[in-house]
Amino acid sequence: MTTAAGPKIQIQRVAKTFSSGRAPALAEVDLDVAERELVCILGPSGCGKSTLLNIVAGFLAPTTGAVRVDGRVVTGPAPERGVVFQEYALFPWLTVTGNVEFGPRLQSRPAAERRRTVDRYLDLVGLRAHADKFPAQLSGGMKQRVAIARALANNPAVILMDEPFGALDAQTRETLQDELSKIQRVEHKTILFVTHSIREAVYLADRVVVMTSVPGRIKQVFPIKLPEVRDRFAPEFTQYEADITRVVKEEVDKVRE
Amino acid sequence: MRSSAVRAVAILGGLVLWAVFTTANARVEIVNPVLLPKPMEVGRVALDLTASGELARHVLTSLWRVVQGFGLAAVAALGLGVLVGLCVPLRLMAEPVIELLRPIPPLAFLPMFLVWFGLGEASKVAFIGYTTFFPMFVAIAASVLRIDVVLLRAAASLGATRADLVRRVLLPAALPGIVVALRVGVGLALFVIVGAEFMGADAGLGHLIMEGRTFFNPAQIVMGALLLGLLGSLVNTLLLAAERRLLGGRAAA
Repeated sequence: MTTAAGPKIQIQRVAKTFSSGRAPALAEVDLDVAERELVCILGPSGCGKSTLLNIVAGFLAPTTGAVRVDGRVVTGPAPERGVVFQEYALFPWLTVTGNVEFGPRLQSRPAAERRRTVDRYLDLVGLRAHADKFPAQLSGGMKQRVAIARALANNPAVILMDEPFGALDAQTRETLQDELSKIQRVEHKTILFVTHSIREAVYLADRVVVMTSVPGRIKQVFPIKLPEVRDRFAPEFTQYEADITRVVKEEVDKVRE
Repeated sequence: MRSSAVRAVAILGGLVLWAVFTTANARVEIVNPVLLPKPMEVGRVALDLTASGELARHVLTSLWRVVQGFGLAAVAALGLGVLVGLCVPLRLMAEPVIELLRPIPPLAFLPMFLVWFGLGEASKVAFIGYTTFFPMFVAIAASVLRIDVVLLRAAASLGATRADLVRRVLLPAALPGIVVALRVGVGLALFVIVGAEFMGADAGLGHLIMEGRTFFNPAQIVMGALLLGLLGSLVNTLLLAAERRLLGGRAAA
């Protein structure tokens, strides 16, 4: 699938002002994400990191600038850009299977192929046994696994994740981080991942992008040179955590003043 | 099973209380016993009317009017409710008109319906349609408006077109609200059919009750009223069962 040599996602001079006269939420962000790369965007709350993700997803139009995926300008939501939401956004009237095959069904894929796709991704997230349950019967962690399987089953070019583990308890959160990291080692997707957890970012990312407080712009980019399988207690890991924490703290303190 | 036993006992108990009270009244005559018919008297009226086939005719006439009036209103409320729920300018236009019309008791318009649609079936059907339309329309529009925008975004980023969004997200997401709106509509239709049949009707349960008044037959009035109660709860039970089937496991905790 390596068709173009250029970056998979190009965010070029993207700015967003919600209503004229008000301060911009996002000021001139430039960011490239390479194919198979997982980039985490970190920043104090209200820094516009979710706004940026919504612009890449096509839910919001940028005030200036443009986002390109595979060289094509983003003009609205499309199946090439899968989204995983913090609030899961599962369809409550569909079973786990129904949710996962929602995308393939829209593309009128034959039933046998849909069946295989559903089985494959439910296996990947370990939910095969729950295929016939409804979302209301699942825990938060299971719901988010279904949402990840649903995004993967549609075979998007890139996956956008908006604080996907933000609503989960600490234990479940780490489990899902482990699983996402495992999935990424198999699937090698291009992922843009918004979070406010530094630990999560260091654990998952190839690069961590720290944003400034309002108006959001990129403050510093940290390439994470750690092995694929990471140890949260390794000295190199905690060193990254400390370095990034220092930079994020400057921005948080700015908001306080 | 236990709860159905409790229900049977409650209904039987009500009947017994009714029988005891009216029989005692017939002895002591606190009020004229003719005005407080006993269960047996009401039962006899029911049997007589059933034997002559009259009762079936009245019930079927009323039900057919309910089906037609409610059916028309439901189709209109569904179409317009979804449209208004989706389209902001339409909503802004519809809101003040509805807020003005809605508080008017529908019965206030009943004479107008007789003038407009005559004494035949049309006036009854139209009146039921008018009465049931507003509450259903408002509830359906509200359930479309309540849909979580994140579900629409999720579907759009999975490749849903506008038509897909309506068919595969909007309608199923609004379905619980729509089903409740329809259930309320049927209940209301059974409620107002009596009023519609008080004027200018020669059949139907409302007419039967009015006939009881005209010929001074309280037992017939009570029987008509009880029958309406029975029909209402029967229809409600059927609709609740249909609702559970339709909404399946999504409500399961």
